[in-house]
Amino acid sequence: MKTVQLFITCILDALYPEIGEAAVTVLERLGLRVEFPAAQTCCGQPGYNAGYRAEARWVALHFLDVFAETDGPIVTPSGSCAAMIKHGYPDLFADDPLNLLRAKAVAARTFEFSQYLVRQLGVTDVGARHDGVLTYHPSCHLLRGLNEREAPLTLLRHVRGATLVELPGAEECCGFGGLFSVKMADVSSEILARKMSNLGVSAAPLAVTCDAGCLTHINGGLHRAGVSQRVIHLAEILAKQ
Amino acid sequence: MSFSSRITTALADSNLQVALDGNFERSRTQRMNAMAALPNADLVRDRARAIRIEALSRLDTYLLQLEAAVQARGGVVHWAATAADANRIVLEIVQRKGDVTSPLVAKSKSMVSEEIGLNAALEKAGLRVVETDLGEYIVQLRGERPSHIVATAIHLRRSDVATLFEKHLGLPRTDDIPTLTAAARKALREVFVKADIGISGVNFGVAESGTLCLVTNEGNGRLCTTLPKVHIALMGIERVVPTLADLEIMLRVLARSATGQKITGYTNLLTGPRRRRDEPDGPDELHLILVDNGRSRVLGSELAESLLCIRCGACLNICPVYREIGGHAYDAVYPGPIGAVVAPALGGFTEFGELAGASSLCGACQEVCPVRIDIPTMLLKVRSAHVEETGGDAAWLGPAMKLWSFAMRSLPGYRLSLWLGRLGTRLLARNGWVRRLPGPPGGWTQSRDFPALARKSFRARFVERQTTDDRRQTMDDKRKT
Repeated sequence: MKTVQLFITCILDALYPEIGEAAVTVLERLGLRVEFPAAQTCCGQPGYNAGYRAEARWVALHFLDVFAETDGPIVTPSGSCAAMIKHGYPDLFADDPLNLLRAKAVAARTFEFSQYLVRQLGVTDVGARHDGVLTYHPSCHLLRGLNEREAPLTLLRHVRGATLVELPGAEECCGFGGLFSVKMADVSSEILARKMSNLGVSAAPLAVTCDAGCLTHINGGLHRAGVSQRVIHLAEILAKQ
Repeated sequence: MSFSSRITTALADSNLQVALDGNFERSRTQRMNAMAALPNADLVRDRARAIRIEALSRLDTYLLQLEAAVQARGGVVHWAATAADANRIVLEIVQRKGDVTSPLVAKSKSMVSEEIGLNAALEKAGLRVVETDLGEYIVQLRGERPSHIVATAIHLRRSDVATLFEKHLGLPRTDDIPTLTAAARKALREVFVKADIGISGVNFGVAESGTLCLVTNEGNGRLCTTLPKVHIALMGIERVVPTLADLEIMLRVLARSATGQKITGYTNLLTGPRRRRDEPDGPDELHLILVDNGRSRVLGSELAESLLCIRCGACLNICPVYREIGGHAYDAVYPGPIGAVVAPALGGFTEFGELAGASSLCGACQEVCPVRIDIPTMLLKVRSAHVEETGGDAAWLGPAMKLWSFAMRSLPGYRLSLWLGRLGTRLLARNGWVRRLPGPPGGWTQSRDFPALARKSFRARFVERQTTDDRRQTMDDKRKT
């Protein structure tokens, strides 16, 4: 039986354990053995994106310590954390040859959840069922950071009972950007308002995404506005039967 | 005014918001259509990038070649290490000319001249400078600087221009665009006829032939460079391309990225001044000023890739932040995503580093850049350099990051922060949502609710799930035996 190492990002661990469990359900349904290295914490992205490289480096080193010991692919249901590991780590350790080697080895084994299913396993239908209308919000880090347009859509198109509708301005950012949403709250809010208005136009009760950052951001805005639409993670749709 | 208050002002300006939204929709569609209609667009972009990298990697060679070629065609080449040098050289050219009697200078759009503060320097010396690009003319009359590197007056609406022309040109108030442009044209034609000095920028300088390429849509560039007796061209040293064949590739992506046109209304190729006997027009003198002003320092830095920029403005047009705040909020010569790299690269991290914070790192800028500049990665580099130089722009952030880093590098620290977060959000939440976060995170709850942390983390639930599985397995095993 093939084993995968699961990296559950800190946001998922703290806020959305059910998304992590949904990812486990899907992976196990596909016949994989899922291991969760227990000492894992965060990938270091908040510090890296804010310009605090030294602080981010310490966190990234912890990640390497935890995951370099393990075997097999590292799968994470987050486009932005996968992008951090794949592109951010080689940058963070550019001046540190030994850790750069470890970082590159770990980066090569790391895959975002939907990309892993479609590109690595060659799976397009995970046997999911969802009766209803869905739309898809591509997170910027999966879309442009990992250059992935199709994998999540391919998986969604094979969900029985689901109707996939277009989201206007789908590829525009939701305005989250990590600390950007706090430090530049008013600009971030304006960008979010546009995303919410486009979600309204799509009229889909549920929007699917592959990043808990966008999900928290958009849902937070929708809840504040008293709108019943919600964003859910791809793994949650795929886990449903 | 601080960056954040400039942002607040921009967001509150409803006129500006309408103008920026219009620009976003229009320029995005036009650029997409133009690129889609370009055969092998991806290959052309790769080629354009390669040409820029080649030019920069042997910049000294190509600049010397350019200098020799311009001189061979009868032009004069000047080297300006700093902004002050460049301004001094322009003034010397103007003042040395005995037969220049008019104190009037006709100027075609040039971002480098904005960068070096040329207009102020010339006016201080008693000259009158008139910007002859319509957008540039409008912002000059308003006493502003360009808010965009291509569409200078994109922050204004038609009615703003009507008000301006009513005041400055005595035009009876009208919203009719042909009437407005005709009024500007009339005023500017007088300038072209009277001015003895014409100043322009340079989009590309071709090393092999000494050709200066100027890309405009209004013909004012052509008039500024051919009608006055003296033409002074200001060129950033990075804008060199090796050959005319390379120029052709650059032109294929420039207009498409900037305005969605295949090619602009006027693409002028100027090679030397007028040859007296056989040419009916052109200036008697051509001066090319090669402006460094920090570029050679950037060339050796981790922001070197920013020098590939051909100033098409595509990244401004697609940027979700620029779309909300416009160019003036940046208060830098070069605004938008590329400006947030170029401004600190040329002007220093202490003063301009915080501009790089105005990005969600969505990567749309890199996606549309015709020469594929990795702007997001450079924004990160600017952010870290800014933190290193200034300690960061928010007092709480440094200590918070130290604490975060310490907590995240060990399991006990992580568990403790999870526990604190759970406790905190549970206390603040009603029905699972926090409506107001205290302290610095309060920015979040300005427009968004925040979910309370889950009662049980994934890791705890995963352990339980495994234990249950193991127990079930043990029971199964027992049953079998």
